[in-house]
Amino acid sequence: MRLLAQELACIRGGRRLFQGLSFQVAAGEALLVTGPNGAGKTSLLRMIAGLLRPAAGRVAFDGIDADREVGIAAHFVGHLDAVKGSLSAEENLYFVCDLLGGAGDAVAGGLARFGLAPLASFPARMLSAGQRRRLALARLLVASRPLWLLDEPTTGLDNEGQEIFAALTATHLANGGLLVAATHTLLPHLRAQEIRLASGGGA
Amino acid sequence: MTHALRAIFVRDLTIAFRVGGGAGTGVVFFLAIVTVVPFAVGPDLPLLGRIGPAVLWIGALLASLLGLDRVFSADHDDGSLDLLLLAPQPLEMIAATKAAAHWVATGLPLVVAAPLLGLLLGLDAKALGAVTLTLLVGTPALTFLGLVGAALAVALPRGGLLVAVLVLPFAVPILIFGAAATNAAVGGTLPFGTPFKLIAATSLAFLVLGPVAAAAVLRQIRD
Repeated sequence: MRLLAQELACIRGGRRLFQGLSFQVAAGEALLVTGPNGAGKTSLLRMIAGLLRPAAGRVAFDGIDADREVGIAAHFVGHLDAVKGSLSAEENLYFVCDLLGGAGDAVAGGLARFGLAPLASFPARMLSAGQRRRLALARLLVASRPLWLLDEPTTGLDNEGQEIFAALTATHLANGGLLVAATHTLLPHLRAQEIRLASGGGA
Repeated sequence: MTHALRAIFVRDLTIAFRVGGGAGTGVVFFLAIVTVVPFAVGPDLPLLGRIGPAVLWIGALLASLLGLDRVFSADHDDGSLDLLLLAPQPLEMIAATKAAAHWVATGLPLVVAAPLLGLLLGLDAKALGAVTLTLLVGTPALTFLGLVGAALAVALPRGGLLVAVLVLPFAVPILIFGAAATNAAVGGTLPFGTPFKLIAATSLAFLVLGPVAAAAVLRQIRD
Protein backbone atom coordinates (compact mmCIF):
# COMPACT_ATOMS: atom_id res chain seq x y z
CA MET A 1 0.00 0.00 0.00
CA ARG A 2 1.29 3.39 -0.92
CA LEU A 3 -0.13 6.89 -0.90
CA LEU A 4 1.26 9.02 -3.67
CA ALA A 5 0.78 12.73 -4.28
CA GLN A 6 2.13 14.39 -7.39
CA GLU A 7 2.56 18.11 -8.00
CA LEU A 8 -0.39 19.08 -5.82
CA ALA A 9 -1.45 22.72 -5.89
CA CYS A 10 -4.04 24.41 -3.74
CA ILE A 11 -5.74 27.72 -4.42
CA ARG A 12 -8.22 28.94 -1.81
CA GLY A 13 -10.17 32.15 -2.27
CA GLY A 14 -7.87 33.20 -5.10
CA ARG A 15 -4.77 32.76 -2.90
CA ARG A 16 -2.18 30.16 -3.74
CA LEU A 17 -1.46 28.13 -0.61
CA PHE A 18 1.00 25.63 -2.01
CA GLN A 19 2.04 24.19 -5.35
CA GLY A 20 4.25 21.50 -6.73
CA LEU A 21 3.80 19.39 -3.61
CA SER A 22 4.81 15.76 -4.10
CA PHE A 23 5.27 13.07 -1.51
CA GLN A 24 4.72 9.42 -0.91
CA VAL A 25 3.85 7.44 2.16
CA ALA A 26 4.35 3.69 2.27
CA ALA A 27 2.70 1.11 4.51
CA GLY A 28 3.71 1.55 8.14
CA GLU A 29 4.83 5.14 7.59
CA ALA A 30 3.57 8.38 9.01
CA LEU A 31 3.60 11.83 7.47
CA LEU A 32 3.24 14.94 9.59
CA VAL A 33 2.04 18.13 7.95
CA THR A 34 3.15 21.18 9.88
CA GLY A 35 3.10 24.88 9.27
CA PRO A 36 1.57 28.11 10.54
CA ASN A 37 -2.17 28.79 10.63
CA GLY A 38 -3.61 29.19 7.17
CA ALA A 39 -0.73 27.43 5.42
CA GLY A 40 -3.11 24.85 3.95
CA LYS A 41 -2.70 21.84 6.25
CA THR A 42 -6.43 21.14 6.42
CA SER A 43 -6.80 21.74 2.68
CA LEU A 44 -4.05 19.22 1.98
CA LEU A 45 -5.74 16.57 4.13
CA ARG A 46 -9.12 17.21 2.50
CA MET A 47 -7.44 16.99 -0.89
CA ILE A 48 -5.99 13.58 -0.05
CA ALA A 49 -9.41 12.39 1.12
CA GLY A 50 -11.02 13.67 -2.08
CA LEU A 51 -13.14 16.21 -0.20
CA LEU A 52 -11.43 19.08 -2.00
CA ARG A 53 -10.46 19.19 -5.63
CA PRO A 54 -6.77 19.99 -6.18
CA ALA A 55 -6.08 22.98 -8.42
CA ALA A 56 -3.41 20.82 -10.06
CA GLY A 57 -1.80 17.44 -9.53
CA ARG A 58 -3.25 14.19 -8.31
CA VAL A 59 -3.44 11.88 -5.35
CA ALA A 60 -3.38 8.14 -5.73
CA PHE A 61 -3.62 5.28 -3.30
CA ASP A 62 -2.21 2.09 -4.72
CA GLY A 63 -2.69 3.50 -8.19
CA ILE A 64 -6.35 4.54 -7.79
CA ASP A 65 -7.24 8.07 -8.79
CA ALA A 66 -8.65 10.37 -6.17
CA ASP A 67 -12.33 10.66 -6.75
CA ARG A 68 -13.88 9.26 -3.60
CA GLU A 69 -11.73 6.15 -3.95
CA VAL A 70 -8.87 7.32 -1.73
CA GLY A 71 -11.51 8.44 0.75
CA ILE A 72 -13.04 4.97 0.79
CA ALA A 73 -9.74 3.56 2.04
CA ALA A 74 -9.41 6.32 4.65
CA HIS A 75 -10.60 7.39 8.05
CA PHE A 76 -10.89 11.17 8.01
CA VAL A 77 -11.08 12.90 11.39
CA GLY A 78 -11.33 16.60 10.74
CA HIS A 79 -11.24 19.47 13.18
CA LEU A 80 -15.01 19.10 13.49
CA ASP A 81 -15.89 16.04 15.53
CA ALA A 82 -18.79 14.80 13.33
CA VAL A 83 -20.64 13.90 16.52
CA LYS A 84 -24.44 14.30 16.67
CA GLY A 85 -25.39 15.96 19.95
CA SER A 86 -28.84 14.40 20.22
CA LEU A 87 -27.52 10.85 19.80
CA SER A 88 -25.74 9.05 22.62
CA ALA A 89 -22.02 8.37 22.40
CA GLU A 90 -22.79 4.74 21.66
CA GLU A 91 -25.37 5.56 18.96
CA ASN A 92 -22.86 7.86 17.27
CA LEU A 93 -20.30 5.07 17.07
CA TYR A 94 -22.82 2.43 15.99
CA PHE A 95 -23.82 4.71 13.13
CA VAL A 96 -20.23 5.10 11.93
CA CYS A 97 -19.71 1.38 12.33
CA ASP A 98 -22.75 0.52 10.19
CA LEU A 99 -21.93 3.22 7.65
CA LEU A 100 -18.36 2.08 7.15
CA GLY A 101 -19.14 -1.61 7.37
CA GLY A 102 -17.43 -2.37 10.66
CA ALA A 103 -18.28 -5.14 13.08
CA GLY A 104 -20.83 -4.10 15.71
CA ASP A 105 -18.83 -5.51 18.62
CA ALA A 106 -16.00 -3.09 17.88
CA VAL A 107 -18.14 -0.25 19.26
CA ALA A 108 -17.90 -1.30 22.90
CA GLY A 109 -14.16 -1.82 22.47
CA GLY A 110 -13.73 1.63 20.94
CA LEU A 111 -15.65 3.29 23.78
CA ALA A 112 -13.69 1.36 26.41
CA ARG A 113 -10.35 2.14 24.81
CA PHE A 114 -10.99 5.86 25.10
CA GLY A 115 -12.47 5.62 28.59
CA LEU A 116 -15.97 6.51 27.37
CA ALA A 117 -17.70 3.28 28.44
CA PRO A 118 -19.40 4.88 31.49
CA LEU A 119 -20.74 7.65 29.23
CA ALA A 120 -21.96 5.34 26.46
CA SER A 121 -25.65 6.16 26.85
CA PHE A 122 -25.19 9.89 27.51
CA PRO A 123 -26.34 12.29 24.79
CA ALA A 124 -23.18 13.45 23.08
CA ARG A 125 -24.09 17.10 23.65
CA MET A 126 -23.46 16.56 27.38
CA LEU A 127 -19.86 15.55 26.68
CA SER A 128 -16.98 17.97 27.12
CA ALA A 129 -14.88 19.06 24.15
CA GLY A 130 -12.15 16.60 25.06
CA GLN A 131 -14.63 13.75 25.46
CA ARG A 132 -16.17 14.56 22.08
CA ARG A 133 -12.69 14.46 20.61
CA ARG A 134 -12.16 11.04 22.17
CA LEU A 135 -15.45 9.93 20.65
CA ALA A 136 -14.35 11.21 17.23
CA LEU A 137 -11.05 9.33 17.53
CA ALA A 138 -12.86 6.17 18.67
CA ARG A 139 -14.22 6.06 15.09
CA LEU A 140 -10.75 4.89 14.06
CA LEU A 141 -11.38 1.65 15.96
CA VAL A 142 -14.87 0.69 14.79
CA ALA A 143 -14.01 0.04 11.16
CA SER A 144 -10.71 -0.94 9.69
CA ARG A 145 -9.17 1.49 7.19
CA PRO A 146 -5.55 1.39 6.02
CA LEU A 147 -5.15 5.18 5.72
CA TRP A 148 -5.78 7.57 8.60
CA LEU A 149 -6.11 11.26 7.78
CA LEU A 150 -6.15 13.24 11.00
CA ASP A 151 -6.52 16.99 11.30
CA GLU A 152 -5.19 18.29 14.64
CA PRO A 153 -6.09 14.97 16.28
CA THR A 154 -4.94 15.85 19.79
CA THR A 155 -6.78 19.17 20.16
CA GLY A 156 -8.62 19.20 23.47
CA LEU A 157 -7.23 15.87 24.64
CA ASP A 158 -5.80 15.59 28.15
CA ASN A 159 -2.52 13.77 28.83
CA GLU A 160 -4.25 10.43 29.24
CA GLY A 161 -6.12 10.93 25.97
CA GLN A 162 -2.91 11.83 24.17
CA GLU A 163 -1.26 8.67 25.49
CA ILE A 164 -4.17 6.53 24.31
CA PHE A 165 -3.96 8.21 20.92
CA ALA A 166 -0.20 7.71 20.74
CA ALA A 167 -0.54 4.00 21.51
CA LEU A 168 -3.29 3.71 18.91
CA THR A 169 -1.23 5.29 16.13
CA ALA A 170 1.78 3.17 17.04
CA THR A 171 -0.33 -0.01 16.72
CA HIS A 172 -1.82 1.20 13.45
CA LEU A 173 1.62 1.84 11.94
CA ALA A 174 3.00 -1.43 13.30
CA ASN A 175 0.13 -3.24 11.54
CA GLY A 176 1.16 -1.67 8.25
CA GLY A 177 -1.27 1.25 8.28
CA LEU A 178 -0.57 4.70 6.90
CA LEU A 179 -1.00 7.95 8.77
CA VAL A 180 -1.11 11.54 7.59
CA ALA A 181 -1.64 14.06 10.37
CA ALA A 182 -1.78 17.83 10.35
CA THR A 183 -0.61 19.13 13.66
CA HIS A 184 0.92 22.00 15.60
CA THR A 185 1.92 19.93 18.56
CA LEU A 186 4.77 17.53 18.03
CA LEU A 187 3.96 13.87 18.23
CA PRO A 188 7.34 12.78 19.65
CA HIS A 189 6.54 9.08 19.63
CA LEU A 190 6.19 9.06 15.86
CA ARG A 191 9.17 8.61 13.62
CA ALA A 192 7.74 10.32 10.62
CA GLN A 193 8.49 12.31 7.54
CA GLU A 194 7.46 15.89 7.80
CA ILE A 195 6.10 18.37 5.29
CA ARG A 196 6.41 21.93 6.44
CA LEU A 197 4.00 24.19 4.63
CA ALA A 198 5.14 27.81 4.60
CA SER A 199 2.71 30.68 4.86
CA GLY A 200 4.14 32.23 1.69
CA GLY A 201 3.08 29.36 -0.56
CA GLY A 202 6.11 27.06 -0.55
CA ALA A 203 6.63 23.64 0.88
CA MET B 1 -24.89 -1.50 1.30
CA THR B 2 -28.46 -1.79 2.58
CA HIS B 3 -27.04 -2.06 6.09
CA ALA B 4 -25.33 1.33 5.83
CA LEU B 5 -28.35 2.96 4.17
CA ARG B 6 -30.63 1.63 6.89
CA ALA B 7 -28.22 3.11 9.46
CA ILE B 8 -28.49 6.54 7.79
CA PHE B 9 -32.30 6.27 7.63
CA VAL B 10 -32.60 5.27 11.31
CA ARG B 11 -30.11 7.92 12.42
CA ASP B 12 -31.89 10.75 10.59
CA LEU B 13 -35.29 9.66 11.91
CA THR B 14 -33.97 9.35 15.47
CA ILE B 15 -32.45 12.82 15.33
CA ALA B 16 -35.62 14.28 13.81
CA PHE B 17 -37.86 12.96 16.56
CA ARG B 18 -35.54 13.84 19.47
CA VAL B 19 -35.54 17.22 21.21
CA GLY B 20 -34.69 19.98 18.77
CA GLY B 21 -34.99 17.65 15.78
CA GLY B 22 -37.71 19.68 14.10
CA ALA B 23 -39.98 16.79 13.03
CA GLY B 24 -43.05 18.52 14.46
CA THR B 25 -42.34 22.00 13.08
CA GLY B 26 -43.93 21.36 9.70
CA VAL B 27 -47.18 20.03 11.14
CA VAL B 28 -47.47 22.96 13.55
CA PHE B 29 -46.89 25.39 10.69
CA PHE B 30 -49.45 23.50 8.57
CA LEU B 31 -51.95 23.73 11.44
CA ALA B 32 -51.26 27.47 11.80
CA ILE B 33 -51.93 28.19 8.12
CA VAL B 34 -55.11 26.13 7.97
CA THR B 35 -56.51 27.54 11.21
CA VAL B 36 -56.16 31.20 10.24
CA VAL B 37 -57.84 30.82 6.84
CA PRO B 38 -61.42 30.51 8.20
CA PHE B 39 -60.84 33.64 10.29
CA ALA B 40 -59.82 35.55 7.17
CA VAL B 41 -62.54 34.13 4.90
CA GLY B 42 -65.37 34.32 7.42
CA PRO B 43 -67.99 31.76 8.46
CA ASP B 44 -69.02 30.84 4.93
CA LEU B 45 -69.08 27.02 4.95
CA PRO B 46 -69.79 26.42 1.23
CA LEU B 47 -66.95 28.80 0.29
CA LEU B 48 -64.55 27.12 2.75
CA GLY B 49 -65.56 23.74 1.38
CA ARG B 50 -64.74 24.96 -2.13
CA ILE B 51 -61.33 26.49 -1.35
CA GLY B 52 -60.49 23.99 1.42
CA PRO B 53 -58.55 21.51 -0.74
CA ALA B 54 -56.47 24.34 -2.22
CA VAL B 55 -55.75 25.73 1.26
CA LEU B 56 -54.62 22.31 2.45
CA TRP B 57 -52.36 21.91 -0.56
CA ILE B 58 -50.80 25.37 -0.14
CA GLY B 59 -50.29 24.70 3.56
CA ALA B 60 -48.65 21.33 2.90
CA LEU B 61 -46.44 22.81 0.18
CA LEU B 62 -45.15 25.63 2.41
CA ALA B 63 -44.80 23.32 5.41
CA SER B 64 -42.70 20.85 3.46
CA LEU B 65 -40.37 23.63 2.31
CA LEU B 66 -39.76 24.42 5.97
CA GLY B 67 -36.68 22.69 7.33
CA LEU B 68 -35.55 21.45 3.94
CA ASP B 69 -32.39 23.54 4.09
CA ARG B 70 -31.18 21.58 7.14
CA VAL B 71 -31.17 18.15 5.44
CA PHE B 72 -27.51 18.40 4.43
CA SER B 73 -26.35 21.61 6.11
CA ALA B 74 -26.92 20.20 9.61
CA ASP B 75 -24.48 17.43 8.68
CA HIS B 76 -22.17 19.96 7.06
CA ASP B 77 -22.04 22.12 10.20
CA ASP B 78 -20.89 19.35 12.53
CA GLY B 79 -18.59 17.62 10.05
CA SER B 80 -20.64 14.48 9.52
CA LEU B 81 -21.21 15.34 5.85
CA ASP B 82 -17.53 14.40 5.33
CA LEU B 83 -18.31 10.98 6.80
CA LEU B 84 -21.17 10.53 4.34
CA LEU B 85 -19.07 11.72 1.39
CA LEU B 86 -16.33 9.22 2.26
CA ALA B 87 -18.70 6.31 2.85
CA PRO B 88 -18.44 3.45 0.38
CA GLN B 89 -22.08 3.83 -0.73
CA PRO B 90 -22.95 5.85 -3.86
CA LEU B 91 -23.75 9.42 -2.90
CA GLU B 92 -27.02 9.23 -4.87
CA MET B 93 -28.27 6.41 -2.65
CA ILE B 94 -27.21 8.26 0.49
CA ALA B 95 -29.05 11.39 -0.70
CA ALA B 96 -32.16 9.34 -1.53
CA THR B 97 -32.04 7.69 1.90
CA LYS B 98 -31.77 11.05 3.65
CA ALA B 99 -34.71 12.34 1.60
CA ALA B 100 -36.79 9.30 2.49
CA ALA B 101 -36.05 9.81 6.19
CA HIS B 102 -36.88 13.52 5.86
CA TRP B 103 -40.20 12.65 4.20
CA VAL B 104 -41.15 10.17 6.91
CA ALA B 105 -40.28 12.75 9.59
CA THR B 106 -41.89 15.80 7.97
CA GLY B 107 -44.00 14.82 4.93
CA LEU B 108 -45.88 11.83 6.29
CA PRO B 109 -47.14 13.75 9.38
CA LEU B 110 -48.63 16.34 6.97
CA VAL B 111 -50.51 13.59 5.15
CA VAL B 112 -51.79 12.20 8.45
CA ALA B 113 -52.80 15.66 9.69
CA ALA B 114 -54.54 16.66 6.44
CA PRO B 115 -57.90 14.91 7.02
CA LEU B 116 -58.11 16.33 10.56
CA LEU B 117 -57.34 19.84 9.36
CA GLY B 118 -59.78 19.30 6.48
CA LEU B 119 -62.54 18.92 9.07
CA LEU B 120 -61.71 22.43 10.31
CA LEU B 121 -62.41 23.69 6.79
CA GLY B 122 -65.70 21.82 6.55
CA LEU B 123 -64.62 19.40 3.82
CA ASP B 124 -66.87 16.41 3.14
CA ALA B 125 -65.66 12.81 3.30
CA LYS B 126 -64.97 12.57 -0.42
CA ALA B 127 -62.83 15.71 -0.47
CA LEU B 128 -60.97 14.59 2.67
CA GLY B 129 -60.11 11.31 1.01
CA ALA B 130 -59.01 13.00 -2.20
CA VAL B 131 -56.80 15.56 -0.41
CA THR B 132 -55.15 12.88 1.72
CA LEU B 133 -54.52 10.61 -1.24
CA THR B 134 -53.08 13.37 -3.43
CA LEU B 135 -50.86 14.57 -0.58
CA LEU B 136 -49.65 11.04 0.05
CA VAL B 137 -48.56 10.79 -3.56
CA GLY B 138 -47.48 14.42 -3.98
CA THR B 139 -45.44 15.21 -0.84
CA PRO B 140 -42.61 12.77 -1.73
CA ALA B 141 -42.23 14.77 -4.96
CA LEU B 142 -41.86 17.96 -2.89
CA THR B 143 -39.25 16.41 -0.58
CA PHE B 144 -37.18 14.82 -3.35
CA LEU B 145 -37.34 17.99 -5.45
CA GLY B 146 -36.37 20.00 -2.40
CA LEU B 147 -33.36 17.74 -1.92
CA VAL B 148 -31.58 19.69 -4.67
CA GLY B 149 -32.21 22.92 -2.78
CA ALA B 150 -31.04 21.21 0.41
CA ALA B 151 -27.75 20.33 -1.27
CA LEU B 152 -27.35 23.92 -2.50
CA ALA B 153 -27.94 25.15 1.06
CA VAL B 154 -24.62 23.57 2.05
CA ALA B 155 -22.86 26.25 -0.01
CA LEU B 156 -25.22 29.00 1.18
CA PRO B 157 -24.92 29.36 4.94
CA ARG B 158 -28.25 30.47 6.45
CA GLY B 159 -29.78 30.05 3.02
CA GLY B 160 -33.12 28.72 4.26
CA LEU B 161 -35.35 31.30 2.61
CA LEU B 162 -33.30 31.28 -0.58
CA VAL B 163 -33.72 27.52 -0.84
CA ALA B 164 -37.50 27.83 -0.45
CA VAL B 165 -37.57 30.51 -3.17
CA LEU B 166 -35.42 28.37 -5.48
CA VAL B 167 -37.53 25.25 -5.00
CA LEU B 168 -40.98 26.88 -5.06
CA PRO B 169 -41.23 27.54 -8.85
CA PHE B 170 -40.46 23.89 -9.59
CA ALA B 171 -43.06 22.79 -7.05
CA VAL B 172 -45.85 24.73 -8.78
CA PRO B 173 -46.77 21.92 -11.23
CA ILE B 174 -47.18 19.53 -8.29
CA LEU B 175 -49.45 22.08 -6.62
CA ILE B 176 -51.50 22.50 -9.80
CA PHE B 177 -52.00 18.76 -10.31
CA GLY B 178 -52.65 18.18 -6.61
CA ALA B 179 -55.31 20.86 -6.33
CA ALA B 180 -56.81 19.88 -9.68
CA ALA B 181 -57.15 16.23 -8.69
CA THR B 182 -58.81 17.18 -5.42
CA ASN B 183 -61.21 19.58 -7.13
CA ALA B 184 -62.03 16.88 -9.65
CA ALA B 185 -62.96 14.52 -6.84
CA VAL B 186 -65.47 16.99 -5.40
CA GLY B 187 -67.13 17.62 -8.75
CA GLY B 188 -65.02 19.43 -11.30
CA THR B 189 -64.94 19.11 -15.04
CA LEU B 190 -61.85 16.87 -15.16
CA PRO B 191 -61.88 13.20 -14.22
CA PHE B 192 -59.91 12.57 -10.98
CA GLY B 193 -57.57 10.09 -12.60
CA THR B 194 -55.86 12.42 -15.06
CA PRO B 195 -54.25 14.94 -12.68
CA PHE B 196 -53.72 12.20 -10.09
CA LYS B 197 -51.67 10.14 -12.51
CA LEU B 198 -49.70 13.25 -13.40
CA ILE B 199 -48.75 13.82 -9.74
CA ALA B 200 -47.81 10.18 -9.42
CA ALA B 201 -45.63 10.48 -12.53
CA THR B 202 -44.01 13.70 -11.22
CA SER B 203 -43.31 11.99 -7.91
CA LEU B 204 -41.67 9.02 -9.59
CA ALA B 205 -39.54 11.30 -11.76
CA PHE B 206 -38.36 13.40 -8.80
CA LEU B 207 -37.68 10.25 -6.78
CA VAL B 208 -34.92 9.53 -9.30
CA LEU B 209 -33.88 13.01 -10.47
CA GLY B 210 -33.74 14.62 -7.00
CA PRO B 211 -31.05 12.38 -5.46
CA VAL B 212 -28.99 12.35 -8.67
CA ALA B 213 -29.05 16.16 -8.91
CA ALA B 214 -28.41 16.60 -5.17
CA ALA B 215 -25.41 14.25 -5.31
CA ALA B 216 -24.05 16.17 -8.30
CA VAL B 217 -24.40 19.44 -6.36
CA LEU B 218 -22.64 17.97 -3.29
CA ARG B 219 -19.77 16.74 -5.46
CA GLN B 220 -19.43 20.15 -7.10
CA ILE B 221 -19.36 21.95 -3.77
CA ARG B 222 -16.65 19.82 -2.11
CA ASP B 223 -15.05 22.65 -0.23
